Amino acid sequence: MTETAPKADPGKNQAKGLDSPLRRSWVKLRRNKAALVGGCMILIYAACALLAPVLFSGNPSAPNLGKSLEPPSLDQLLGTDELGRSILGRIIYGSQISLLIAVGVISFGLILGVPLGLVSGYYGGKIDFSIQRVTDMLLAFPGFLLALALVAILGVGLKNTVISIGISMVPIYIRLVRGCVLSVREEVYVEAARASGTRDAVILLRHILPNVMVPITVQTSLGMGTAILFAAGLGFLGIGVQPPTPEWGAMLGSARVYIFNAPHAATFPGIAIFLAVLSFNLLGDGLRDALDPRFKL
Amino acid sequence: MSASPAPLLAVQDLRTRFHTLEGIVNAVDGVDFDIHRGETVGLVGESGCGKTVTALSILQLLRCPPAEIQGRILFRGQNLLELDGEEIRKIRGQAISMIFQEPMTSLNPVLTIGDQISEGSRVHGGMTRQKAWRWAVEMLRRVQIPEPDARVREYPHKLSGGMRQRAMIAMALSCKPQLILADEPTTALDVTIQAQIMDLMLRLKEEIETAVVLITHDLGIIAEMASRVVVMYAGKVMEEAPVKELFKDPRHPYTRGLLGSIPVIGRKAQTGRRLHEIPGVVPSLLRMPQGCRFHPRCPEAIDICREQESSMVSLGEHRRVSCWLEAKNTGKEAPTRGQGGME
Repeated sequence: MTETAPKADPGKNQAKGLDSPLRRSWVKLRRNKAALVGGCMILIYAACALLAPVLFSGNPSAPNLGKSLEPPSLDQLLGTDELGRSILGRIIYGSQISLLIAVGVISFGLILGVPLGLVSGYYGGKIDFSIQRVTDMLLAFPGFLLALALVAILGVGLKNTVISIGISMVPIYIRLVRGCVLSVREEVYVEAARASGTRDAVILLRHILPNVMVPITVQTSLGMGTAILFAAGLGFLGIGVQPPTPEWGAMLGSARVYIFNAPHAATFPGIAIFLAVLSFNLLGDGLRDALDPRFKL
Repeated sequence: MSASPAPLLAVQDLRTRFHTLEGIVNAVDGVDFDIHRGETVGLVGESGCGKTVTALSILQLLRCPPAEIQGRILFRGQNLLELDGEEIRKIRGQAISMIFQEPMTSLNPVLTIGDQISEGSRVHGGMTRQKAWRWAVEMLRRVQIPEPDARVREYPHKLSGGMRQRAMIAMALSCKPQLILADEPTTALDVTIQAQIMDLMLRLKEEIETAVVLITHDLGIIAEMASRVVVMYAGKVMEEAPVKELFKDPRHPYTRGLLGSIPVIGRKAQTGRRLHEIPGVVPSLLRMPQGCRFHPRCPEAIDICREQESSMVSLGEHRRVSCWLEAKNTGKEAPTRGQGGME
């Protein structure tokens, strides 16, 4: 039961061994088929994004008007769009854009939302009140509508898409983290840490944050899916990432006009969006189950 | 224990109240007691009598508001209530540390035992990570955890209740505090483990010459550990006495009730007597009875008990009681006992 390893670097091999909570969750996650499928599909998308120049030679944005709206064939596996560009190539390059947006949006949400949530939940009082009223204001709008309004203020483009969807994610993290902190801060071990003279910052980062990581992790996976969906939505409306950048939503939007003569042009980008969002949701659900004993929401 | 002129900790007229929606709750109402270096003082009373709140007030671990702490808490002559947040933080863990009641929840599930024990010495002793880690192993050895080198890397869920409480004690002692507030340290443990933990605490206490405030409702533990006892009821001190005198000659009816309700194995078989109980329950802190707070449950209550709060009567060094009967005994007039006394 006990490993009697001689003195190793303290702190270094703490994560080893099955007794680490992370390790146990990993074993549980591997047993969950749906989460595995989701995780694998995310890996495939990530591979597409990283290896795009290898998988598809040529410029995905260069038009070839002689070949417009060709149906799928051996030459063009998923057919071409109205400007004769390979839909497969654009989907592959589009995964770069979508994942970039997802990662950017989530980072934005985490960097702003988690610290604010921690502070709000731990200190309470006036700080909590002011942070929560701003959060209320932001949450009063449906997420997509908020992102839409922010784009209207900031303008179109990749960067502004990330910022506006990112801002709409921040209140979700604040609420989530605050709620968890409210329950964790009443735990005896937090009181014990205070009783041993630990600084507030250390209590927050060392004692409380790791205990609220589970819901944050789950929300991050689910949020990635939402971010891709929102970005595609903005692209579809023509106010997200601008053409000729290959973006799934924008592809869907421009192919919409030809839905009856060339249904493939809208179908495949749609499937790409659908599968990406599905994968993140499957993984998120799987993570929630795997990390369940500590999942308090 | 000989009384040195300046006590290590002097709690004077401590009043802790909570502002709640239903009104103001006076959880601790004018408590005072002293603790000298190396001494063990028991703080005894039923649940809800303010023992824990007293301890939390000393370290100022209560959220203010809703809590409000008044009075003086002199530690080495310095009033802790006048310190700012940073100053009291330096006292916590280093000079005064606390052991909590629930060993199952007082260790952080996501940190290893070693991380948690070494935290104190890193915060206060300024030790490096490596040094603090070695110190944590040493502390685990001192609290007699087998294979400390391996245990130090384990997470709390792998330890039994007794082991966790040992780890908590190691944490509390890691900075060699001068005072330990032990809040029901053995309540959640098996009886056999209780004895081990008590032995351990007693031994370590001698080793590092620390004073202990032992909060408990278990008079058996008090008899084993404490040299002096402070009996609390509904936020007030009812009686204080050296432990032997308290057990031999309890002066307050409440203390007598507490002592009478200790089960003695075989007593019923011998005497055919049921276990004694104190009738009624501790009054709600929101609706304190007028007069002496214990009078509705007191079998010996007299008229004045219902009207006026009794004042503390000193019966010698470290011997005092807050009861009208005693006041009348020491005064001129003879006590006129009421009958039954229950309302």
